[in-house]
Parts: sequence; structure tokens; C-alpha cells
Amino acid sequence: MSSSTSQKVAASLGRRHRKERIFRYSGMLATAVGIVFLVVFFADLIGKGSSAFVQTFLQLDVEMSADVIAPDGEIDLTYADFDGLAKAALREQFPAVSGRSERRELYRLLSVGAGYQIRGLIAADAELIGTTQTIWVPAAANVDMLVKGNIDASTDESQRPISDAQIAWIESMQANDRLETRFNRALFTNGDSREPELAGIRGALMGSFYMLLVTVVLALPIGVAAAIYLEEFAPKNRWSDLIEVNINNLAAVPSIVFGLLGLAVFINWAALPRSAPLVGGLVLSLLTLPVIIIASRAAIKSVPPSIREAALGLGASRMQVVFHHVMPLAMPGMLTGTIIGMSRALGESAPLLMIGMVAFIVDVPGGFSDPATALPVQIYLWADSPERAFAERTSAAIMVLLGFLLLMNLVAVVLRKRLERKW
Amino acid sequence: MQNTTLILILAAMGVAAFFIGRGRSLELAGGPGNVSKLHSLPGYYGYFTAIWCLLPAMFLLLLWVMLEAKVIIALVVSSLPEAQQLLSAGELNLLVNNIQNLAAGDAISVETNSVLQEAAAQFLHYSARSQQLLYAVVLSVATLGGLIAWRRIQPDLRARNRVERVLLLALIAASSIAVFTTIGIVLSVLFEAIRFFREVPLSDFLFGLNWSPQTAIRADQVGSSGSFGAIPLFTGTLLITAIAMLVAVPVGLMTAIYLAEYSSRQVRNTAKPLLEILAGIPTVVYGFFAALTVAPWVRRTGEMFGLEVASESALAAGLVMGIMIIPLVSSLTDDAINAVPSAMRDGALGLGSTRSETMLKVIIPAALPGIVGGVLLAVSRAIGETMIVVMAAGLAANLTANPFEAVTTVTVQIVTLLVGDQEFDSAKTLAAFALGLMLFVVTLILNVVGLHVVRKYREQYE
Repeated sequence: MSSSTSQKVAASLGRRHRKERIFRYSGMLATAVGIVFLVVFFADLIGKGSSAFVQTFLQLDVEMSADVIAPDGEIDLTYADFDGLAKAALREQFPAVSGRSERRELYRLLSVGAGYQIRGLIAADAELIGTTQTIWVPAAANVDMLVKGNIDASTDESQRPISDAQIAWIESMQANDRLETRFNRALFTNGDSREPELAGIRGALMGSFYMLLVTVVLALPIGVAAAIYLEEFAPKNRWSDLIEVNINNLAAVPSIVFGLLGLAVFINWAALPRSAPLVGGLVLSLLTLPVIIIASRAAIKSVPPSIREAALGLGASRMQVVFHHVMPLAMPGMLTGTIIGMSRALGESAPLLMIGMVAFIVDVPGGFSDPATALPVQIYLWADSPERAFAERTSAAIMVLLGFLLLMNLVAVVLRKRLERKW
Repeated sequence: MQNTTLILILAAMGVAAFFIGRGRSLELAGGPGNVSKLHSLPGYYGYFTAIWCLLPAMFLLLLWVMLEAKVIIALVVSSLPEAQQLLSAGELNLLVNNIQNLAAGDAISVETNSVLQEAAAQFLHYSARSQQLLYAVVLSVATLGGLIAWRRIQPDLRARNRVERVLLLALIAASSIAVFTTIGIVLSVLFEAIRFFREVPLSDFLFGLNWSPQTAIRADQVGSSGSFGAIPLFTGTLLITAIAMLVAVPVGLMTAIYLAEYSSRQVRNTAKPLLEILAGIPTVVYGFFAALTVAPWVRRTGEMFGLEVASESALAAGLVMGIMIIPLVSSLTDDAINAVPSAMRDGALGLGSTRSETMLKVIIPAALPGIVGGVLLAVSRAIGETMIVVMAAGLAANLTANPFEAVTTVTVQIVTLLVGDQEFDSAKTLAAFALGLMLFVVTLILNVVGLHVVRKYREQYE
């Protein structure tokens, strides 16, 4: 009998070990899936976006003609044809170009930013009028794409947004060292724009900054206070149970529902301005409050009871125990939780769509009630744009966003390592 | 902000009140050497005075700011000529807006007449008067409060207890905000949804098969009657959620098992933080990746096999969403597996089962409630996910179970209905709130059940 059992076991052993191996390999495979995705994702992102940090510039010898800039003897910054100056300078370089349509094609190499740049020069220094200045101006987005190799010059002319003649001009400028790729400063100093070569994330960054400021000012004190009450003072009754269940649920409510709340309460009922960082910050602070409360409670829980007992024994009141001893000791944990909550708030976009922060806003916001957008929403807006040049900038904006998130998480980790005590 | 100055003055008064109260207590006690004569430490008398000074004044200020605009508008409207007071609510609203614009000096868009001019002047007059009154009232209340507190300071005044009671109330208020947020969500969504269901019957919404929320602006417009059958949205949401779960549950589960049971310590210590990164990537970034990289790839792969794939297929959105949810599933599974007592594992291994048999026949069944709870939370996350589907799934409300077609989801429709300038009262915008209500209720149920199961299960083995 026993021998037949062991025979059965021996006979099935190969099959069982094979199953074991399959199980093990499928586990490996599953782990690899996530990691492979991560690698592909970052490779794709960097491959697409790293070229957005440089941009193509054209060198022009602009003649600051007084006839154009100051037709009536006075500098006319509003209506003077600065674009025309840039175009004239480009025409100088290609004297052979004639005819309206051909010239128009030539002008398309220039960004509208060229005119703004000349205007800026004149506004800063009126002495330049009448001189000829050699300046570098941004090239149009299509030129930029061609130079970076994102437009394939070998395809048929009708298949690409740039003509054979334009390619020839670009190549001749390249040969004369009049075309250069440089660091794309506009990406960090400009607000949004319809022209990819002028679009930047400064406005979105400032919007996100103001929003996070509102969020941290509201959510940190309220979250810490709530955690202190629930951990240290709350009696075990229905109300505190209700609060507890509520907080756990709020942490899992879809973020878009918070957007609906913001739209109905803050905008329609309280009549706060649409698209304002103030409202965005309010919504985000409701969203991050549960995260901060949960983290702060864990931090308070980790303070050993002996600290409390010692303080109570020396005659401190319960408030004094909490505010003089428990809270300072729990602070590192609370701050870590807050930073994690903030990084979640920084990446959040769905509720912001609800409260009108998706508008196309060119100006960099200067306060809490100026119309603004946020970095993730800017990414969403650019991702929707059909231009090839915007896809590149979207990837770059994502890299900046991920960079900030990484930084915040690193700070949280370092803070935890440096300040946390082992009891 | 015109009230910033006032708030700064109040803050300065509060600080002053603190020092006055503290000084007063020391004076009554007879110098710093006699602090023991006081009931509380001198600082508490300072806080006591500051609270009396600030709390009533701040409360008043808040009330004033909330009511000011309404009172002024009522005053201005009541002084308008008879004819204009009989206007409908909407027209009156417009008129008031015009008056406010005019008062703000933004008169370009407003057609001006003498009545409006006068009303605007009156508006400005009342605003200025209200501002003066506000300063006077708030500052005198603050002074009065401070004085009362100053008079009440005695060596045997239980200042600490009073200050602590106020502090405790503040803590309770802070912790109640979570409850008020939930109530706020329920009320705001519910009221708008009820208004929607007055126009569109509940049964049409829940069981209708046709979703085309474009309502006619003019009565004679063709082809946009607006039908609000939400079934295609529900099936679309379910389809994408199902695809996401098909990715996330097996992968997340096996990842957790592999890292807990098989991998070396080194592999675990690198793989875990790497997978955590997946959870930290913003959803808008996943959406961008799904729309610009995964969707074209799915399309090309489908074409290789001769399949017709829409450029915004449910498959692409679902796949990426599944990847996003992997860390959630694997960390909750990890918790559940770790909660199983090691005696059960050791017993099974001791009886000669292989590690996979121990896992599949002993540990997983024992951890199943925890895993199921985790999966419920993951489903709720997938249903409520917005940015990925907004960017990678379509807008077409197709009633289909084919993952290669474009479908739309509840969250996508909420976003498309509410983004842009719309009248807030139309059925179209109200429909978004009805969808929001459905979303909130469904995810709430999933969350409550999921959290309950996870916690119950954890207690079972503790």
C-alpha cells in the first residue's frame, strides 16, 4: 500500500515540478511586464521629448528702419510692422526669390516671434533705430521639425508640410551658418501660445504653484488638526466612526467627482471666479486632505505612549501633551505625508477640467484669482493639438512634471530617513 | 483683495492683545516671580485675550463678506424704476451684471443709459459705504472683545481650560470637514441630478440605448433632439474596466506572489520601488502615452492580423489603465498574503507540497477575501479613472462589446458635457451631474464593500 502511494507520488513528481516551474516563470513574467512597460515608457518619452529642449534659430541682419518703426517721428510700438523688418532681412539673404507666392513661402520660415523679438529690442533701446543688427530669431515650427529630423525630407512634397524650395533655403542657411539649434528658453519663459515655437510652460507652472500654495496652506493645518483629534481626543462613538469611514472613502472617491463638487459649490454657489488657482487649490485641498489625515494619524500612532505618560505624569494637560510633545515628534511623518499628498495634487487634472482651468491662457498668472491653467492640464491641452511640434513639447512638459514629482518624492524620502526616530 | 488690510490690522491687534493679556496677568500676580499665584501660565491669559479679540471679529467679517454683495444688489434693485423691477429673474440678473460691469469701469460691452449710470453710481456708493462700515464695526468688535477679556483676567481665571476648550472645538471642526465634504458632494450632485430627472425620466436615462446629448438651441433645428440613454456609456465603462482588470489582476497577483515567495531579496528591493513609480505617474501622462503610442501600436498590430481597429480603441485605453492599476492590486495582494499566518504555509510545505501548490491551494484561498476586497477597490479606481479615457477612448457612444471599436465612458461624457461655455441650466449640463451621481454611488458601494472586506479579513488573522 505504502509503496503504491510513494510510487504515485514519484510518478506525479515530474508533472508537479513542471507546474511549479511554469508558476515561477509566470510570476517572473508578470513582474517583468510592469518593469518593461516602465522602460518602454521612459524610452518613448525621452525619445519624443528631449529634442524639445533645443530649438532652431535663424540669423538675420535686420535693418531697423526708422521709416517703419517711427513713421511719424515717434516710435510706434503698437502698429509698426516689425514682422516686415524680419521679412525684409530674410529677403536680403535670398535676392533670387521673386514673386508673391514664392516670397510668401520664404516668409513661412520665420516664426511670428521674430517680429515680437525686434519689437522687444526697440522697446528696450531706442538707440537701435537706423542701425543694422545681426540677431537670432526663432524659426517656424515646421523648419524646426525638419532640422530635428521629425519631418522626412525624402517623402513626396505633397506629403509634408514644407516645400522643396523651403528645404533648399533651409539648407543654404545651414551652409552659411545662419541656422543654429540652441537651448529652447521660450519653453520655460513663455506662456501658452498657438505657435508651437513660442509656446512655453511658465504660465502652467505658475498656475500649479499658486494652486499648491493654496492647497498646502489649507490642507496641512486642517489635516494635522483632524488627525490629532481623531487619534488623541475622539471618543469611541458613532460620530468618530462616521468620520473615520468618511475619510477612508473620500480617499477612494474618483477625483472627477471632486471637480463636480467644486463646480457646483465654489463656482455656482459661492460665485468664485472660474479658471482661478484659488478654486483649483480649494478643490485639490479637499482631494489631498484624506491623504494627509491618514499619513498624520500613522505618524501620531508611532509616537510611543511612554512619552505621553511621562508628560501627563509631570502635570501637563492633554492639550499640552499633544502640542508640546506628540506633535513635534510626529512632524516628520506628517510632513512626509503632506509632500506625498502635494505630489498627488500636482499630477491631478480631471477635477481641474471641471472648474474651467482648461481655457487657452496666454498670460502668466500673477495671483490667486487670475485665470490660469496647471501643468498637467497644459499637457492635456497640448496633447490634443494636431501639430507635430506640440507632441514634442508635450513630452518635454511631461518630463518637467515627472521631474518635479521625483524631486518631491525624493525630499519626502530624505526627510523620512533623516528625521524619523526609531523608538 | 480689498479686505487684506483689514485682516492685517486684525492680526496685529491679535498679537497686541496677546501681550496685553499676558502683561495684565503678570501685573495682577505681582511680577514674574509670583507666577505661581496665577491659575494658568501667563501665556494662556495672553491667548485668552487674543481669542476674545479675534474670534467674534473674524466671524463677523466672514458673515459680512458673504452677505455684502447680496444686500447691496437688493438695495440697488429696489431703487430702480418700477418697470425694471417687474423683469423676469434672468433679465434682472443680466441687468445687475451690467450695473456691476459699469461700476467696475468695464463699460465697453455695456450699452449705457442714464438709469444704468445712476444705478452704477449707487452701487459704487453703497460699496464704499459698506466698506467703511465694515472697518468700523469689525475693529470696534475686536477692541470690545479684547476689553472684555482684559477686564475678566483675574489670578483665579481658568484661562488654560478656556483656551483649550476653544482649541478642542477647532480640532473637532477640522475633523468634521471630511464629513462635510461628503455631504457637499452628495448634495451638489443630487440636486442637479434631480433637476435633470425632472426633464428626462429616470427610466429613459437608466435603460435608454441611445446617447446623443446635443440639444437643439433653436426649436426648428434638425437632428439634435437630445436623447439621454446611458446604457452605451455604462457598457463602454464596463468594457474598458474589464480590459483593465484582465491586465491588472493576473499581473498584479502574480507580481505580488513572485516578489513575496520566489524572488531574491535583491530583486525584491529593486522591483518594488520601480513598480511604485507606476503608481506615481500622473494619469494625464498615461493618457498621452495611450493616445500617442499605444493606440497606434494596437492599430498597426490589429491590421497585421487583418483586424479593423478604430484609432481610439477601447483596447488601448484599457491596456494602459490596467498597467496603471498593477501596483494597487499587487500591494493589496501583498498585504493579504502577508497576513496569512506562516503556520499555514509551513504546514503545507511540511506535508510535501511544492511552493506553487502551497500558494494556490492554501495561501490564496486563505487570503481570498483580502484579494477580492483589493480587486473591488481596483475596479472602483478603473471606473472613476478619467484622463486616460478622455485622451485615448473616443466620444462615440457605441453599444458594443468589441474591444477594437471606440467606446465612450461615463467620465469622458462628464468631461465633454462640462468643459466649455454652456448654460448651466440646460439638460445637457445637468446630465453630467446625473452621470456624476451614478459614478459616485457605484464607486462608493465598491469602496465601502472593498474596504470593509479588506479590514474584516485583516482582523480575522490578527
